[in-house]
Amino acid sequence: MAIFREYVNSGRDRAAEDRRRHKELVEESIKKNIGNIIAEESIIGQSKDKKIKIPIKGIKEYQFVYGKNGPSAGSGDGSEKRGEKIGGEKAGKKGQGSGQAGNQEGEEIYETEITIEELINYLFDDMNLPDIDKKKIAELESIRSYKNLGYQRKGIPPRLAKKRSVIEKIKRKQGYLRNNRSLIDSEEEREEDDIVQNIEDDSKKRFPFSEDDLRYRRVREDRKKDFNAVVICIMDVSGSMDQTKKYLARSFYFLLYQFIKLKYANVDVVFIAHTTTAKEVNENEFFHRGESGGTYISSGYEKALEIIEQRYNPNSWNIYAFHCSDGDNWSEDNKRAVELGQKLCDICNLFGYGEIVPGYYSSGSTIKNEFQKSIKRKNFSIITMTSKDDVLPGLKKLLEKEGE
Amino acid sequence: MTEYSMQELLEWNEKIEEIARAEGLDYYEQEFEICSYEDMIGYETYVGMPSHYPHWSYGKNYERTKTLHKYNLTGLPYEMVINSDPCIAYLMKDNTLLLQILTIAHVYGHNDFFKNNRLFKLGTRAKDTVEMFKNHANRIREYIQDPGIGYAKVEKILNAAHAIKYQISRNIGVKVLSQEEKRREMLQRYRRPKSEYPLLEPRPKDEEVPPDFKKIPVEPEEDMLLFIMKYSKLSEWERDILSIVREETLYFLPQIETKIMNEGWASFWHYNILNKLNLEQGLHLEFLKRHNQVIRPLLGQLNPYYIGFKIFEDLRKRHEDNPQIIFEVREIERDQSFIRRYLTRELCEEMNLFEYTKIGSSYIITEVSDEEGWESIRDTIANSVGLSGIPVIKVSEWVQKDNTLILEHEYDGREIELSYAYETLKHIVDLWDGKVMLITNIDNKRKLIICDEEKRVALMDA
Repeated sequence: MAIFREYVNSGRDRAAEDRRRHKELVEESIKKNIGNIIAEESIIGQSKDKKIKIPIKGIKEYQFVYGKNGPSAGSGDGSEKRGEKIGGEKAGKKGQGSGQAGNQEGEEIYETEITIEELINYLFDDMNLPDIDKKKIAELESIRSYKNLGYQRKGIPPRLAKKRSVIEKIKRKQGYLRNNRSLIDSEEEREEDDIVQNIEDDSKKRFPFSEDDLRYRRVREDRKKDFNAVVICIMDVSGSMDQTKKYLARSFYFLLYQFIKLKYANVDVVFIAHTTTAKEVNENEFFHRGESGGTYISSGYEKALEIIEQRYNPNSWNIYAFHCSDGDNWSEDNKRAVELGQKLCDICNLFGYGEIVPGYYSSGSTIKNEFQKSIKRKNFSIITMTSKDDVLPGLKKLLEKEGE
Repeated sequence: MTEYSMQELLEWNEKIEEIARAEGLDYYEQEFEICSYEDMIGYETYVGMPSHYPHWSYGKNYERTKTLHKYNLTGLPYEMVINSDPCIAYLMKDNTLLLQILTIAHVYGHNDFFKNNRLFKLGTRAKDTVEMFKNHANRIREYIQDPGIGYAKVEKILNAAHAIKYQISRNIGVKVLSQEEKRREMLQRYRRPKSEYPLLEPRPKDEEVPPDFKKIPVEPEEDMLLFIMKYSKLSEWERDILSIVREETLYFLPQIETKIMNEGWASFWHYNILNKLNLEQGLHLEFLKRHNQVIRPLLGQLNPYYIGFKIFEDLRKRHEDNPQIIFEVREIERDQSFIRRYLTRELCEEMNLFEYTKIGSSYIITEVSDEEGWESIRDTIANSVGLSGIPVIKVSEWVQKDNTLILEHEYDGREIELSYAYETLKHIVDLWDGKVMLITNIDNKRKLIICDEEKRVALMDA
């Protein structure tokens, strides 16, 4: 006869540790793939709490398995004909029921929801980025706050403290009544009843506010010290900058922006697109509108300098300028570009030049060589990006420059 | 358990056992444990064992099992039976009474199969099962806690061992020969005259080359785990982990090799037993519904319950004179031979089996179950069940001068998946601590995949 017994739950969740470790491995895999993920998101205007869905490849358990070149079998409904194409529904899950032991997983893709902030945290978590050097004098424009420091007798109507004023009035009224009573006490008590009557009448009478009752809040305007930063994105949008190159630039700007945002309360972003002339554009135009024509890098720098002069006083703003180009500058412009680049170095916290060369023919462009030769500044950095994988290391290199 | 009591289950069990015995089922002593939904997922995660060593892959397994059940993707009632003596099975306490009855009957089918199928008899020791898993778990935990070893190192070895755990001997229950014994055997084969009258035979054109007895292994070795345990530079505890993983695979091998038969057999018996229980109408209707869920065909896939059930049912019907035949079949066959021998044309047609191949990016139906097609379909299924669905890769040589391990894939027309092979080779490098090469065929050309000590992988023509 069989034995039946009830399971005694020890309260232990035996899979907990293995699940934790699995989760950790999944997170590591997110970190590794982050370069691919972030390029999809629009750079600004996304709140840090926005949830985005990202696909994560499952942590695979690799073994030797067969590919898909052999035949498989399945059960159908009798309508199948030779040579007929079948959809993924019928054939997709090959092997699931056929008792194959180790290889039934195939492509496993999890989808996980994650906020942009979490994503950024994952990203910068173990990059060990240096603290950036803020300009101390820079003072804020951010929201003003008021601190209440008590009450005063004089003030402007908007700061009238109503509750406090009523309290003052009641105090005065009580004082007045007590005063009257003590007067009576000192006189003869014969007329007591009469007087009590009077007082009661008095208390029913209106007892108006007087100027003395009014109290006003005393406030101090708190100028919170804060640091502002502006990220100036300059990009070459001439004909030679195709979508792939822009995609790399975009990933880079996004990361730079996110990083700067972690460090400053207020971050402005300026987009400057240039060919032979430059103009300030919005984000959408910046990344999506291509133009034909040649390239004067200097025009972009000139525009940047102009905008800084008009809107972002270097004394109160931390300025991060970054320029992406494929290095295809017209040679007559090189000298001027170097000159203006130096000027940008003078006023920016950090100025970087990123050369985007998809494929592996990077002998380096003339302008890159010129920059390398002529701009010897601590806060200037040149990075080269050929594929998505270079974006993160590039950013790291750029930011480390600042920590030096 | 709300709608029924333990006493009721005992009574039903008694009736079921009575029928099972009368029908000729021969099983181990049975123990049922009644547990909650969470416990059940826990058991499923750790292959049914009350104790098992930790590894993240079980964490992943847990999440997957939970998701599958959450969205009810399997459609199957929970059922978990362990090949042990006494046989342990888990019943989920939230199940309806009928599901419990059905599961109990189903379990006796599995239990009989464990006790009588040849592969289980030769390959596993049911008496020691639970003890073995507990012992494995203790050893691995000891290594994790050892300050000189620790979690990370153990995990790395387990990852690698899991990657090649199915690269072991496929002959269940055959004695493992030492290299020396193999050498002697080869020598005998070489010396033995080819025929009784060698002088009457035509003289061979070339003098036959004697086998190379210095080579390690003397002949290609299927048991990669064992080979690495023996010849690699691994330390004692690392070898021990490999042996643990290998023992566990050996334990599961019979189950992997008899999935269709085992499930078919259990389904066949739960169906027959429940039909004899004279269930009242309500229970009977639920029984039919549940049974059909279990053995329903899955469009485009192969449901082992369905195919196994159909074949056993067909065998019994065709051999009315010999009701014992199904017992013989369940004893001596494994899925591959079972399908080859007993999946008839009629069954193929009835189940609308078809064959498809990936051509380009789409799947094209290449055969349907008719006069010309059914044999090809039968063979395709036979060649994809159990270990037949896993490439045979043997250790062909250990080049000692630069410590290179050469593996060879026994190509049978099916290519291996390269991206998986690359990663698996990296795991082998972790164990071998030297260069590892794999010879295989891609697009009908011999190819060599090399994975060096730095885990750089290269694919080239061989």
